[in-house]
Amino acid sequence: MSQSTQKFSSTGTQASRVIGVLAIVVMAWVVISGLVFTPADVVQGESVRIMYVHVPSAWIAYLAFIVTAIASSFYIFAKRHSLGFDRVAGASAEVGVMFMAITLITGSLWGRLTWGEFWQWDPRLTTTTFLFVTYIGYLAVRRLDGSIEQRARRSGVIALLAVLEIPLVHFSVVFWRSLHQRATILDPNGDVKMDGLMLFTLFSGVVAFTLVFAWLVLHRQRTMLLSDLSNERGLDNAILARQNESVSN
Amino acid sequence: MSQTPKSRVVSAVLTKDLRIEARSRVVTNQVLPFAGLIMIMFAFALDNDDVLQRVAGGLIWLATIFSLFVIVQRSFAIDTSDSALDSLRVAGIDLSAVFLGKAIALTLQLIALDVVLIAAAFLLYQVHVSAGGLVLLVTCVICATTGLGFVGTLYGGLTAGTTGRETLLPLLLLPVVAPVLIAATRATEAAFGSGGAATSEGWAWVGLLTIFAAVFGIGGSLAFGPLIDE
Repeated sequence: MSQSTQKFSSTGTQASRVIGVLAIVVMAWVVISGLVFTPADVVQGESVRIMYVHVPSAWIAYLAFIVTAIASSFYIFAKRHSLGFDRVAGASAEVGVMFMAITLITGSLWGRLTWGEFWQWDPRLTTTTFLFVTYIGYLAVRRLDGSIEQRARRSGVIALLAVLEIPLVHFSVVFWRSLHQRATILDPNGDVKMDGLMLFTLFSGVVAFTLVFAWLVLHRQRTMLLSDLSNERGLDNAILARQNESVSN
Repeated sequence: MSQTPKSRVVSAVLTKDLRIEARSRVVTNQVLPFAGLIMIMFAFALDNDDVLQRVAGGLIWLATIFSLFVIVQRSFAIDTSDSALDSLRVAGIDLSAVFLGKAIALTLQLIALDVVLIAAAFLLYQVHVSAGGLVLLVTCVICATTGLGFVGTLYGGLTAGTTGRETLLPLLLLPVVAPVLIAATRATEAAFGSGGAATSEGWAWVGLLTIFAAVFGIGGSLAFGPLIDE
């Protein structure tokens, strides 16, 4: 096996293993504390435990799309168009779409228990859904035929346009109607109204999900690199194989 | 060699697109009947005069957006089939001027389409409009179609020449045009006075439509070149 192939034979590194182990430990704490140690809510009862998944996954979904936009702008505006940024953008969007799906599913379940409905046409919910569909479109653009550079340029522009689009969608829907529970943690007055252990578990959830996000993005962008390399070298290897066949004959 | 002035490129591309339409008559012979059919099918589906009168604004803009997909795909299919876009690039022409020319041509076609759709709403859905409402309606149509023209051209350029563009274009465009659908529908309802809406309520929505058109006009001019520059 050549040295370059050996270098890419695994998508894990020392750093990603540390992140992975930390993610497992913190996530285990969140599961135990969220299901056993924390009390039920006075108003919402046991259903409040969905919060420990819903809020961190929403945070990660938005973080993922910010990472995608920043990485895309680095790819487009930097003098040397490094494909590494494109792969980070793509990996982050894939993970973001997954977390956004988790946010929408857990939000619907929570809404059914607290509002009595799986779905309400509330601004934050509607904007999140539009964001979800927009990034499914972004992933579809990444799968269009063409070179790796074409993929990077097209998807980079789409990611930056989404940054323009999302505030417009949000404001139009806010004008349209509103019902969602107001932000509890980031209260504009700075008053946090939550039991100490509940708050700690929620922040632990945010930390655990962030670690999972980082782990997934690190591995995914490396598998993308391997896939790009395989596509690039596929033809060269096929020609080499044919040449070797003719020599041996 | 001096570069062709931007205004001449915009005017040439605009004239070219409109001339193609004047000769082929696809918008008049196919897209208009398609949009009219959508209006009729909505009437069958809703089957209630009061409901139709109430939702007329939304139906006009849904029919416009569905028609937008057809016009955009056709416009770029013509440009890519003979590698016309490649020729423009090779000629060293400013691609933002090509974007503006195509966007204006698309906007003019959408305005023509909307005039017919609004007339159909008067006939089929029995909507009414006051003098003040008419001013609001005309402004709303101009602002909304300009925004749709910009965004349609931008995403049409992105999907031009790719396999599966017929299905990809709606997936990309529908979330983006959601603000136009919401704002134009509310402004049109205010112009028609649907559900007791006052005409004055519509102007804030026209403001949103103007912001949308400005954002995608500037964003599109900057992004169109890198998008089709393969």
